[in-house]
Amino acid sequence: MWSIGPIGFAAPWLLLGLIALPILWILLRAVPPAPIRRRFPGVALLLGLTDDDNQTDRTPWWLLLLRILAVAAAIIGFAGPVLNPQNARSGAGDLVIILDGSWAGAPSWQARIDRVDMLLSEAALADRRAAVINLNNLPVGDIPFAAPNDWQNRLPNIQPQPWQPSDVVAWFAQSNERFETYWISDGLDWDGRTDLLAALEERGAVTVFQTPRQIVGLRPARFENGEVLVSATRSPIGNPLDTTVTAIGLDPAGVERQLATVPLVFAPGEPIAETAMVLPPELRNRITRFEVGGTRSAGAVSLTDDALKRREVALIAGRDDREGLELLSPLFYLREALEPTADIIDGTLDDILLANPDVIILADVANLAGSENDAVLEWVESGGMLLRFAGPALAASDQGRIEEDPLLPVRLRSGGRSVGGAMSWGEPKTLAPFAEDSPFFGLPVPDDVTVTSQVMAQPDPTLADRVIAQLTDGTPLVTRRLSGEGQIVLVHVTANAEWSSLPLSGLFVQMLERLAVSTRPATPDEAELAGTTWLPGKVLDAFGRLEDGSALPGVSGEVLAAGVPSATLQPGLYTGGDRQLAVNVIGPETALNVAAWPARIAIEGMAVLRETALKGWLLSATVLLLLLDVIASLAIGGRLRGPSADVAAAAALMLLLAPQAEAQTAEEFALRATSEVVLAHVLTGDRETDETAEAGLRGLSQTLFRRTSIEPAAPLGVNLETDELAFFPILYWPVTADQPLPSRAAYGKLNRYLRSGGMIMFDTRDADTARFGSGSPEGRKLQAIARSLDIPPLEPIPSDHVLTRTFYLLQDFPGRYASRDVWVEAAPIGAEQVEGMPFRNLNDGVTPVIIGGNDWARAWAVDNNGRRMFPVGRGRSGERQREIALRFGVNVIMHVLTGNYKSDQVHVPDLLDRLGQ
Amino acid sequence: MSTPLTLRSAAEALAAPLPPLLAEAEHLATAVLLGDHGRRRAGTGDTFWQYRPAQPHDAARSIDWRRSARSDANFVQDKEWQIAQSILLWVDQAASMSFRSDDNLPTKAERARTLGLATAILLVRGGERVGLTGLRLPPRRGEAQLMQMAQLLSQDGDTDYGAPEAQGMLPHSRAFFVSDFLGDIQPIEDALLRAADRGVGGALLQILDPQEEAFPFDGRTIFESMTGALQHETLKAGDLKSRYLDRLAARKDRLQHLARTTGWQFQTHHTGQSATHALLWLYGALEHHA
Repeated sequence: MWSIGPIGFAAPWLLLGLIALPILWILLRAVPPAPIRRRFPGVALLLGLTDDDNQTDRTPWWLLLLRILAVAAAIIGFAGPVLNPQNARSGAGDLVIILDGSWAGAPSWQARIDRVDMLLSEAALADRRAAVINLNNLPVGDIPFAAPNDWQNRLPNIQPQPWQPSDVVAWFAQSNERFETYWISDGLDWDGRTDLLAALEERGAVTVFQTPRQIVGLRPARFENGEVLVSATRSPIGNPLDTTVTAIGLDPAGVERQLATVPLVFAPGEPIAETAMVLPPELRNRITRFEVGGTRSAGAVSLTDDALKRREVALIAGRDDREGLELLSPLFYLREALEPTADIIDGTLDDILLANPDVIILADVANLAGSENDAVLEWVESGGMLLRFAGPALAASDQGRIEEDPLLPVRLRSGGRSVGGAMSWGEPKTLAPFAEDSPFFGLPVPDDVTVTSQVMAQPDPTLADRVIAQLTDGTPLVTRRLSGEGQIVLVHVTANAEWSSLPLSGLFVQMLERLAVSTRPATPDEAELAGTTWLPGKVLDAFGRLEDGSALPGVSGEVLAAGVPSATLQPGLYTGGDRQLAVNVIGPETALNVAAWPARIAIEGMAVLRETALKGWLLSATVLLLLLDVIASLAIGGRLRGPSADVAAAAALMLLLAPQAEAQTAEEFALRATSEVVLAHVLTGDRETDETAEAGLRGLSQTLFRRTSIEPAAPLGVNLETDELAFFPILYWPVTADQPLPSRAAYGKLNRYLRSGGMIMFDTRDADTARFGSGSPEGRKLQAIARSLDIPPLEPIPSDHVLTRTFYLLQDFPGRYASRDVWVEAAPIGAEQVEGMPFRNLNDGVTPVIIGGNDWARAWAVDNNGRRMFPVGRGRSGERQREIALRFGVNVIMHVLTGNYKSDQVHVPDLLDRLGQ
Repeated sequence: MSTPLTLRSAAEALAAPLPPLLAEAEHLATAVLLGDHGRRRAGTGDTFWQYRPAQPHDAARSIDWRRSARSDANFVQDKEWQIAQSILLWVDQAASMSFRSDDNLPTKAERARTLGLATAILLVRGGERVGLTGLRLPPRRGEAQLMQMAQLLSQDGDTDYGAPEAQGMLPHSRAFFVSDFLGDIQPIEDALLRAADRGVGGALLQILDPQEEAFPFDGRTIFESMTGALQHETLKAGDLKSRYLDRLAARKDRLQHLARTTGWQFQTHHTGQSATHALLWLYGALEHHA
């Protein structure tokens, strides 16, 4: 392929055509634009007029340039230009493509796969066998050589894993074929990489593909001095790097959210960056993981386990009368034991319960008030842990003597006992080793812990189950009862050193840990984990996504203790008992090193300049230029501005304005609705009903036109969903049983319409068979429709309602049927009739709805020739009924348009006169 | 060759415009209410003019007894003086009149014929005698005359520009010419002067297409007359616009001047405008000097 700079040509000899361009220039220049012939009678007046100059008999230079450019683009386009033409890699023999396939490559995994794809394409061209091997997922058996096309199909299945390869040299050692190696490196060093390189070099040439990329690994967060310290390491170490760390956890609703984001800045040349997050305990305890912003890899995610959780512990002491004697305070030792690992809450019980702590410790508190009792019980039932310590007060009280107290794990005998004191026989008692089912099992029992006083449990069939620690003589020291989701624990000695030396010993702290009162420190050591099995809960994939790991096998404690992620120990959260342990890709001490290659190895970049064929672009440009030329030629020839140009302009405008057709119709609708008074009916979707409603309103409009000064235009059907309602004084709404309910937006519009003074006239059209409120299908539909409408209280039209006299004096409101059940907004309470007045003084407000079933539209309806469409009643009385129906329609429209004008007292004398009173 | 078949189809084609032309002209004519036409003085006629006291020279049979019975004096009923006028019209039928710039507009010829015939209808209804110039159709009254006139008006001429025929004008009659007056001015001038010599008054109605007023052309253009006989090529039509408009204005001015000196009236009408407007003007112009 012949190329100029980054552009190569498939058919370079075609470029010779460019030489012809100057000739074309001269040719085109000589030919002026063709004239238009026009018939024009006024030519008689033109005779003898000459042109001012002869400029346009030559094509203007810019038009020439346009054409030359078009031709040049066509020539170059057909010459097949290609941007960044790729020269095929030479080579022969078998080819092995190795992928590191660790988490470090995950962020740009697709680029790696694309690169492999391209290498395979080249191998296919060179007719080589190839094998693609993910070092983290070694195939079983020999090196699986196959045709490169086969491998290309399998590429999407190759995925990175969240650990580093191991034991790969042995796998390659099992065969002794010779092959060339392309090694797609993740850029991180790992154990055994150099060994593998040596092994591969024995088989053939090795080429490494590696791009220096900044890889960031987030180390586990630690808790120090009330702050969460987050640190990250990186590779390669170089320029300053600004990034962020986000703490992610569940919010109270159980939705995963970003709880906090802090900036993390690597100073130039520094491998490690550290930042502190100060979070309220509530928020801190919710954190499930940290993530480095903008990086998609398992190394940028650090899961948190119990190590970061700090339990909230509320301390309440029974008596606090001996001020100043710190060491005797019942809470002193507790405070000392808990302070480093838990958040301590002080306050009254009511306040504490609001904070919903994990643990409430009652030190020698005998009685709680009744309401407090219930509240604490409720808190325990929903998962709280109540830890009580005995003491003189509890021993002296009658709490839990006769029957079991709900807040005590066992029944107590009154008084307690003292041993080993000056006034008693026997030695102070020591602790018995912990039973196997006790949470304290495994804790060493120091010899120097003695108990001199304790409260005693009432012997009971259930007692044995509830004892979790006892003295050598078998009396319970710690009892526990599960209650709901929570538990109640009673330590039968005091929390200070008065009754025993337990609070002075290290055992006290360990016991608190085991009871999950305080948090355990950091990672358990190997000895502690030995023999245990841990189940994976959530596991991380190489891209840093959390996946459900419940299908994976359990992991033994020894493997977990090593903490090195591998195929058997996927990074993730492991659960054992009530504890959780996180295995992260990056440990607290993990360092990231750049994979360094010996000088003899050829290293290529990952980035590939794609071949881009420019032919299409150039030919498109040609067409575009030619189109421009057409327009320009027309303009030059006067055909654009001539008399027929309006057609072309209209066509162009049509093209441009097509999307606005909708808006235009909306505008037309608005114009139609507002240029005259227009009565409107709601389109129900039933064609016959809609036509009848339109005919009815047409009849009413004609009547109004003839008899009153209201001169409405032709009525309009209104689609509630799409049309604006505000233009119409009244909406006639025939209710059909099967019309759809309006959408939420349409209801919003309707309510706005009603509030802003519009009126809706509901017509169920069933007054012949049903009365208002009865269960006809239309009535039920009306109820369904009106449920979401803002409709005031209603009453049947009272005889003094303004509707009875807005234009005609009426007492009946018939349509096609003559039911009296027509309802309007109820008069305000307290409207009083004044003596001597024909009607009450109801001055304000037009009724927003008229509801009836008289089928007014049919009574009003006329066809296009002005003939009545539906019969009303029979004979002369029927015609009278139709007339009254029309008068009612006139009154309604008058009422809508003039409001309560006719209620004005000014009209009283006239009305009295006309009423004959 | 005129086989019955071709003759028939030609005749149909010829007759086709007639009813619409008549109907359109009738339609236009109904827009004008007659009532302006009487001579406004007593004379021979059909319509009542006034009651006047009987004079000795009045015959006894001319006394209106019904009126006289209501008073002591005798009254005679005067009729309004009505006299029939002869009105001759000339409608340009040359090829230039068949121009229209837009399909929505009528051709100038259509408009001219409609206007001419509508005026004729009005005049016939008013009791005048109407005919065409050039001895083609001497003035007469009645519907038959209108039919004949419509037929004659429907013919198309084959010259590029028409010239009015001034023959056959009765002295002191009235006449009106409808044309675009774009052709040679000399024949028009001759015709007008000849008419003026005979004491004939009247009106000139110039009908132009909106495009002829606007000259919205640009670029290299060859302008042709309707028959193609006249040609004018220009490379920049846009540059000609002002000069063309000057010439058109000069032409109108000349016609106006001619009309003024001969006692005629001149008006320009565009096919884009309402025909009624022109009809009213035409009718008024003829009525004015009657």
